[in-house]
Amino acid sequence: MNIDFSLITTEIVLAILGLATFTLGLIIPSNARKNLGNFALLGLIIVLGIAVYSWPHQGEILGGMYIVDNFSSFFKIVSLLAAILVTLGFRRYVVSNVGNYLEYYSTMIFATLGMIVMISAGDFITLYLGLELMTISFIVLVAFRSFDVKSLEAGIKYLLLAGMSSAVLLYGLSLVYGATGTILFTGVAQSISAGSGGLLLIVGLVMLIAGLGFKISAAPFHMWSPDVYEGAPTSVTAFLATGSKAASFAIVIRIFVGSFSGIQEHWVMLVAVLAALSMLIGNLVAIPQTNIKRMLAYSSVAQAGYIMVGIVAASQAGVKGVMFYSFIYVFATVGAFTVVASVYNKIKSDEIADYSGLSQRAPLAATTLLVCMLSMAGIPLLAGFVGKFYLFMAIADGYMWLVLLGLIMSMVSVYYYLRVALVMFRDDPEDPTPLRMGTSVNVTLLIALVVTVFLGVYPGPLSDIANTAAQSFFIP
Amino acid sequence: MGTGLNPSYFIGLSAALFAIGMYGALSKKNIISVLISIELMLCAVNINLVAFNKFLTPDAFLGQIFAIFIITVAAAEVGLGLALIIAISRRRETNNLDDLDWLRW
Repeated sequence: MNIDFSLITTEIVLAILGLATFTLGLIIPSNARKNLGNFALLGLIIVLGIAVYSWPHQGEILGGMYIVDNFSSFFKIVSLLAAILVTLGFRRYVVSNVGNYLEYYSTMIFATLGMIVMISAGDFITLYLGLELMTISFIVLVAFRSFDVKSLEAGIKYLLLAGMSSAVLLYGLSLVYGATGTILFTGVAQSISAGSGGLLLIVGLVMLIAGLGFKISAAPFHMWSPDVYEGAPTSVTAFLATGSKAASFAIVIRIFVGSFSGIQEHWVMLVAVLAALSMLIGNLVAIPQTNIKRMLAYSSVAQAGYIMVGIVAASQAGVKGVMFYSFIYVFATVGAFTVVASVYNKIKSDEIADYSGLSQRAPLAATTLLVCMLSMAGIPLLAGFVGKFYLFMAIADGYMWLVLLGLIMSMVSVYYYLRVALVMFRDDPEDPTPLRMGTSVNVTLLIALVVTVFLGVYPGPLSDIANTAAQSFFIP
Repeated sequence: MGTGLNPSYFIGLSAALFAIGMYGALSKKNIISVLISIELMLCAVNINLVAFNKFLTPDAFLGQIFAIFIITVAAAEVGLGLALIIAISRRRETNNLDDLDWLRW
């Protein structure tokens, strides 16, 4: 069998980069190791360049087990952007709070590799391997502050719940294999349209929803996310909330909108209910939170609910909405978590009450946090509004109740986002000394700010790209 | 097949095993017991895959290859889990899930 290796250049270079970062960390003197972040950053930017350059290369290798199309390239670029922003924005946080940079950066690169393999998966085995490479790397990263009991506890909780959800997902996959006799996504679609089905397939389908719902932290499978988000180092939280979620959404679309489109009537309603539950629980439970990481965790459950709306649509417009929203969600979330991490670095606290007067102490950080949160809430002229518009437009003619619920819940979310803004802008600081964040944090914040505002005002180009990518998904 | 077996026996066995594993994972308080229960769930998956392979696609070893990948990855996951358990019991002499309350569960 001939394998066209040029299709998987991104993956190969990323794997080499992960190994190279690890080896380089071993051979350089230990006091130079904190510069390893720069090496990883440079490498990731080169990989992003390769991923963008190989946009027109499309095809399948290993007989359909690995799919490279515009759809997967788009999500690969989103994951790489998340990895780059997290590496850039959290360099100082990692140096002072995580320690042991040697393994940190290579583990992060391998988590990214796992996401990229998962995004391109064309069969169950590739999906499982990519998913586990990502999950196991993330468990290591979550428990990275091994001197901190909170981090260890978050790690073991993530491990147990991720293990359980993987088992449920695999049981679902085995039942789908039993019902259709194939492990290829395209084969499953053909087999379903040829009439295979029955109880086995439906039970498998429900288990797949449960297993993947865990990965995208959709309610009621979100129980892990507040604990893990709070206990993990903030840099890992930011990456977990963006990269892992975007990759999981890619595979959810690939399986449900792609393979199971023939039996839509069995799963659309279930996904719609999960989306509604996520919006309700995420937004309502976020209100009483006093820790900003927990608040952002619940708000990310709500965001998962909004994104699932695009899967309910199961159409090109819906897929495009999911892609657009994932892209802007990365910038808004990494922006918000960068502020959280750099403030923690200075005042050693994640409590919202300690953010009082942040606008006087660090104006750029306060502004970015405000803009990112308002974008997540969907205020017009910010990117989040456009994203929600695309998502809700896609289901406007069949699921009006879901649209209304989404709009009401967006209003609710404005309340708890503005509560943080009020503390930052209205209250006077206890200690008015300015906080110096460092150049790399400021650059990250500026990128997040500019992209969020720019895409809100002028979403055209990204929307076209997302549309092309969504089209490539529907033309087999 | 000529063996007198039919797939429903295997599906029944694996469903029972999966249910026992799920019950154990949700009800046990000891972290190691929970890990063992998760392994039990993965065993149920492997039985399913191998049985379906035998009855559905006897020429292509899809299910058996998948099962081997699952065994390998599960071993990595358990290794990581045991490392975390050791790290936690060094900090605080416990391997009981109820004692893990530094974060709100």
